[in-house]
Amino acid sequence: MNVTATSILITLLATTVRSGTILLFPTIGEIFAERAGILNLGIEGMIIIGAFFGFVVSYTTQNPYLGFVVGMLAGGIASLIHAFISITLRGNQVVSGLALTIFGLGITSFYGQKWINNKLPESIHAVAIPGLSKIPFIGPVFFKQDYIVYFSYILVLVMWLILYKTKPGIHLRAAGQNARAADAMGVNVNATRYFWTFFGGLMAGAGGAYLTVAYATFWLEGITAGRGWIAVALVIFAMWNPVNALIGAYLFGGIDALQFQLQASGTTIPSSLLSMQPYLLTFIIIIIATLIVRARHLGAPKELGTPYAREEK
Amino acid sequence: MDEIIVQAKGITKYFPGVLANNHIDFELKKGEIHTLLGENGAGKSTLMNILDGIYHPDEGEIYIKGKKVHIQNPFDAMANSIGMIHQHFMLVDTLTVLENVALGLKSQGLYIDKKEISKQIETISKKYHFNINPYSKIWQLSVGEQQRVEIIKTLFRKAEILILDEPTAVLTPQESEDLFKILNQLLKEGKSIIFISHKLDEVMEISDRITVLRKGKVVGTVHKKDVTKGYLAKMMVGREVLFSLERKPLKRRGEVLKVKELEAYNDKGFKALKKISFSVFGGEIFGIAGISGNGQKILAQTITGLRRATRGKTILNDADITNASPKVIANKGVNYIPPDRLKVGLIPNLDTTENAILRSYDREPITKRNFIDHQKAAEYAKSLIRKFNIMVPRIDAPVKLLSGGNMQKLLLAREIAERPKLLIAVHPTRGLDVGATEFIRKQLLKERDNGLAVLLISEDLDEILMVSDRIGVIYEGQIMKVINIEDAERNKIGLLMAGVNSPKN
Repeated sequence: MNVTATSILITLLATTVRSGTILLFPTIGEIFAERAGILNLGIEGMIIIGAFFGFVVSYTTQNPYLGFVVGMLAGGIASLIHAFISITLRGNQVVSGLALTIFGLGITSFYGQKWINNKLPESIHAVAIPGLSKIPFIGPVFFKQDYIVYFSYILVLVMWLILYKTKPGIHLRAAGQNARAADAMGVNVNATRYFWTFFGGLMAGAGGAYLTVAYATFWLEGITAGRGWIAVALVIFAMWNPVNALIGAYLFGGIDALQFQLQASGTTIPSSLLSMQPYLLTFIIIIIATLIVRARHLGAPKELGTPYAREEK
Repeated sequence: MDEIIVQAKGITKYFPGVLANNHIDFELKKGEIHTLLGENGAGKSTLMNILDGIYHPDEGEIYIKGKKVHIQNPFDAMANSIGMIHQHFMLVDTLTVLENVALGLKSQGLYIDKKEISKQIETISKKYHFNINPYSKIWQLSVGEQQRVEIIKTLFRKAEILILDEPTAVLTPQESEDLFKILNQLLKEGKSIIFISHKLDEVMEISDRITVLRKGKVVGTVHKKDVTKGYLAKMMVGREVLFSLERKPLKRRGEVLKVKELEAYNDKGFKALKKISFSVFGGEIFGIAGISGNGQKILAQTITGLRRATRGKTILNDADITNASPKVIANKGVNYIPPDRLKVGLIPNLDTTENAILRSYDREPITKRNFIDHQKAAEYAKSLIRKFNIMVPRIDAPVKLLSGGNMQKLLLAREIAERPKLLIAVHPTRGLDVGATEFIRKQLLKERDNGLAVLLISEDLDEILMVSDRIGVIYEGQIMKVINIEDAERNKIGLLMAGVNSPKN
């Protein structure tokens, strides 16, 4: 491989990591919400709310980090609507989630009109980690990124530890598998579900904010382009495991980065065909993941989507 | 010995449309086994769930060791040293024993000290000879082992008062004996036990005192030594109960069903039937005894065409019906009472008439020229209601509003009206009161006398022994042995149910 080819590949993979990070946050969040028993199909809506608030705050304050945090919180607050409907009111989680997506897309389209085509004056920049970034090939791909990407590495590890090694992890798995048993053992099922639904919202908001304050740095109506739905598919692909989510997110990030690179290089393949790739891949991934899940007898959390009421017979 | 450790006064609990507990008084002395006896729906579980904090009473007071308490939730109950072992185990299948024990512990920080917990589990396990590995996943354990995990959970939390809700319902006779040994050991250590049951034999074996509930009210509290089984039964049901049914001598006819080396897989993809072979003859009841989950349900589904057989044959009167569609099989004369009447047998939101015609809706006289004659359908339903004495609020009310017994009668009436050659009945009396149970069993015997071949699949060994002519014991998808009723011994069958084929002596 000659030097130019290697450097193109490195750029491609580094973009892959950034593009994958947009998907990684929401996927992690939804994994935890679903593990606790709450199906939130409002991810697309929460991502775009996070993206919008992230962009607006970054633009007006010229502080992209503040934008990121506000975008994250905006996603979290949006998720509470879903939490209230599906936990307190015990409503239909599919309908509530879809409504949240439509709400998110609608409100950002309405208030976003005047921000279209504005570019952020200040965005989040890459900071190379001394030492690690010098490792050939791996260094420039993984360790010449921005702080938020580094945060996502740590997050995956921490969330994996929480899920499998700590008490909150056992509690949330129990709440999604057998809420009655969890309740009988003194776990507050509804509080657990509220917390992790909110966490899911924060993560969706973080993914969206990362999209507008670091990856794209401009605002467009519908800028999320269905990433929320890809995240829903990635949860299944990841088999509800945060480490697998990392792999899945980068896989999709790679497709995204590749089609941008190809479009930029002036290929003769029509751009609409290239843009279609992530969605096509979603189908393929879902088919493969479903087959694996079936073969290994893994499955969705048993009480996913089922509201819990203690005194119901 | 006479210290009163739990006292409930005037407990009342309403559920929508039902008064589940009506001013119940109950007390438990330290070091005794106090049984709560009553039929399904008498309010036993409701009362215990109130003690465990899962339900809150609408009226009444609870005292623990003389102190008035308000038990808000199961955690409160544990703080008051009450530990409940529920009928449907409160275990999370996908977690390990250790994780299930750690669930809800508040005494520790964020991290779980797996070593310490596993050491404590092993200490308890050794003391009572449980033989449980703390790192096994719950779904890998047998039902008996899962029950022991539940006991470990309560002991781990230093429970003094143990409540066991129908603990023997899921056990083999031998496993029940083991459980009783464990309970006696717990008593010796000063624990007190509330035991819930509706099985009179075991109640007479294990209890010190017995409180009988009927329709949400206390009928009375008695000492075991003062009463007989018959007396308890009368208290429980409110009238004399027959412990055996009158059976006419067997008039066996020709072979109706032949199952030959049949194999099928369960939903998890494991082989649930392994070359199972047996025959059922006209005029006999062939009972299949076994512990839940040994392939009984799969067997019924495979014969009725609801599940694909991967190997082997089912032959009905010399015609091969293997893997035919359920409808074809039904039309050839195989009728079916499924284990779950509200999920498979009936359609809860349709009314009595619609449910009554589910088998015959597409034939004369109910359907004429492709249209359903609703008048004829209603007449048909009414004839079934009369014949089987089914109580329905209104014939056009959804069938889910009927009581369990009446639902089951409707289901049985519909299936028998088809004049089948073979009737497959799976848990036909599960969850029914004594009256309805008696009725259903009598009907099965009556059809047997009329020459019908009946395949009865039940986890209730008493039921099998009461009505069967021959008994096949199923274990891990195979018939261990077929025994004539004259040679059937409870103990021998119990061992076979546990997979032991060569009893000593």
